[in-house]
Amino acid sequence: MEVPYTDTNRPDTGLYNAKVGIWLFLASEVMLFGALFSAYILLRVGAMEGHWPTGLLDVGPGFVNTLVLILSSVTVVMAWASLKLNNFKKFKLYQGITVLCALLFVAIKSVEYKSKFTHHDVILNDGMRVDGHLVEETDEFIVLSHPVSYPAEKGIGYRPTAIKAAEAHAHEAGGDHHHAEDRKISKEEIDKRTTWGPWANTYLAIYFTLTGLHALHVIAGALVIAYFWGPGSKMWKTHPEQFANRIEVSGLFWHFVDLVWIFLFPILYLL
Amino acid sequence: MIGIQYGLTSLLFMLLGFFLIAMMRWSIAYPGQPIPVIGYLLHTIMGDMASPVLDPQTKELIGYAISNDLYNSFGAMHGTIMVFLAVVPLAFAAFGNYVVPLQIGAPDMAFPRLNMASYHLFLLGGLVMFASFFIPGGPAQAGWTSYSPLATSIPTDGQFYWLVAMVIIITSSLLGAVNFIATIIQLRAPGMTWMRMPFFCWAQFVTAFLLLLAFPPLEVGALLQLMDNVAGTSFYLPTGLAVSTLSDVSGGGSPLLYQHLFWFLGHPEVYVLILPAMGVVSEIIANNTRKPIWGYKSLVYSVLVLGFLSFIVWAHHMYLTGMGTKISTFFQTTTMIISIPSVIILSCLFISLWGGRIRFNTPMLFALAFLPMFGIGGLTGLPLGFNYSDILLHDTYYVIGHFHYVVAPGTIFALIAGIYFWYPKMTGRYMSEFWGRVHFWCSFVFMNLTFQPMFAQGMAGMLRRMADGGVGYSIANNPDAIGGLADRYLQLNVNITLAAYALGISQIPFIINLFYSIKNGKKVESDNPWESTTLDWQTPTPPPHGNFSGPIKVVNGPYEYSVPGAKADFVPQNQKA
Repeated sequence: MEVPYTDTNRPDTGLYNAKVGIWLFLASEVMLFGALFSAYILLRVGAMEGHWPTGLLDVGPGFVNTLVLILSSVTVVMAWASLKLNNFKKFKLYQGITVLCALLFVAIKSVEYKSKFTHHDVILNDGMRVDGHLVEETDEFIVLSHPVSYPAEKGIGYRPTAIKAAEAHAHEAGGDHHHAEDRKISKEEIDKRTTWGPWANTYLAIYFTLTGLHALHVIAGALVIAYFWGPGSKMWKTHPEQFANRIEVSGLFWHFVDLVWIFLFPILYLL
Repeated sequence: MIGIQYGLTSLLFMLLGFFLIAMMRWSIAYPGQPIPVIGYLLHTIMGDMASPVLDPQTKELIGYAISNDLYNSFGAMHGTIMVFLAVVPLAFAAFGNYVVPLQIGAPDMAFPRLNMASYHLFLLGGLVMFASFFIPGGPAQAGWTSYSPLATSIPTDGQFYWLVAMVIIITSSLLGAVNFIATIIQLRAPGMTWMRMPFFCWAQFVTAFLLLLAFPPLEVGALLQLMDNVAGTSFYLPTGLAVSTLSDVSGGGSPLLYQHLFWFLGHPEVYVLILPAMGVVSEIIANNTRKPIWGYKSLVYSVLVLGFLSFIVWAHHMYLTGMGTKISTFFQTTTMIISIPSVIILSCLFISLWGGRIRFNTPMLFALAFLPMFGIGGLTGLPLGFNYSDILLHDTYYVIGHFHYVVAPGTIFALIAGIYFWYPKMTGRYMSEFWGRVHFWCSFVFMNLTFQPMFAQGMAGMLRRMADGGVGYSIANNPDAIGGLADRYLQLNVNITLAAYALGISQIPFIINLFYSIKNGKKVESDNPWESTTLDWQTPTPPPHGNFSGPIKVVNGPYEYSVPGAKADFVPQNQKA
């Protein structure tokens, strides 16, 4: 006897095996990300006054990425629908766009990551904190662009407030703060220096963990979809029903990955 | 086949887990005395972790004992191995894999390749865990619960291996759980309706859901701890954490977060351990009393309620963390409610014995012993579930006694019963009945001698995780004062250790029997030697690829024993009376 219902629906459940499997898998994924979101809430609620930075991330790239993933969600459905309509060429086109969207998402995310890892957080000997992007570093000094300065005992969470204060101050003086000059800091003045990696702050820690795990899901999903777009698509000739099912199942996973981002974007970028 | 692979691997891990506790029990009973023979072996393998013991007079080296660090490592690994690498894979993966497809009339699991991947991941995780014994500094030391910030503060690499291994094992169990549920939903034979499913399958079904939904939060817990250890984050490290000096961490984390994530798995895990055992026992009891299980439907509903409730009781492990009285009250209430379905199940199984024509063979002896032993384990849990009594008993040997009564003479007895019961189906031969009985009576006596005194020790106030078994504690205190330990409780350490060694020796007949009977056991007379009704016995022996020789149509409920007017005293599920 062979395993039944691999490509046909079982009458009383109305599902084929892989579809049951993927829904169960997604249920477990919900618990995985659910636990991480709960950790986010607990850490945020428990954070000391002023230590949870809001508005730290650049909304622009995150918003573009949201649109990219929504687009890919549409094309992944269109690809499956094209198969059901027996139009293999359109499937190739739509699913190709899905893979490109995934790559674009990962590329934008990498740029965002890099801007955090090159963002230096410096505590000076006089108890002030300066942070900004590293432009130049020699044995004697470092140069930070767009520097913001505030007392060291305030956490990173104080940064947006410090910017506002500086802008207001500059406005009163009649100047334009947007072109803050690069700041050169001698290494002798520096007490401690880190970058804005996950080690810098609990918010950045959960940001990198959540988005990193999500990015791994994007990459894994993209690999599977790319395989069925490329070498795996030979199956269309021999087992069209089963191939369409595989596209459907990988599409369900892809929708889940998109959905996670729909939650990640507001809680990390906007709130 | 994969079921048998799982079974043998997990039995090996169980042996390793037992070896660890044997070393620890020596340290508890005879602190500071060299371990005979094995001490030298440990020194060879683990180097400085085994501490040298000098003769008090001559100052000559007389052997090696385990150091306090090594005691902690062994304690952590004993718990981890027994729970995640021995009992769960044996109860769920091994029995489930072998028996569930047979009992529902399926040719195989729904995803055979996923099944294989799940086993390979399990093996890989186990090997990573095992490899940590051989790294400098030894394996993880923070207990099987790996509480932060302790787990992050210990400067050895063991915790890293522990976390990586756990992530792999969790992934393996996730694949297994998906496969089990899909199999039970999709591959039931025609006529195998939900209420005709043997109770064992129901138990495995609920267990699979627990694994599917409870393990991911632990995976998150492990990932975040991995980030704390590797990437320098502070998820579990509060501001101002000082380990000998003020730690250089960004702070702002919450140690309680780890405990919540851990116990969100930890409590359903208890039911992952016990539900398959209940399933095995009910199959064996129905078969050997020759009458239907009493209250099949209430068993099924109870197991579903158990599964649901097990997700909302986790914080009863955390009464001492200062969560606040309102939260404690909530979890205390749910904890009391969850005992109701457990009692229903146990009562149904007890009542099933009434009026039966009981066959006292080896599997039945173990199954019968399960009932009162699990009862003791369960009832001693009630004082731990109330927060006011838990405050006194928390972290004492009382807790150790409680959960070992649930898992050792509870779950492991049921699993051994299952091995004796399904062995003829796997090999076509019986295991030796005589040696089976020797195994049973010795195990039964020494099991109780091992764990019973722990309740007394715990109520006297003896704490767990002390490498010297409380000797230092007792000297530091006046035995007559509150909190002091009288010598009679310390004497029990020696008794327990000797009983534990005797328990270990009692398993030798079982191990020999298991392998000897493959070739030399008594041959079965038919494909259905126990004259059972369920589909697992209506197949060729051993079941070939595809399990059944022809299409199966189910027409009966699972336990049609002693049906009036039937030819034999059992009516298989696929035959008309």
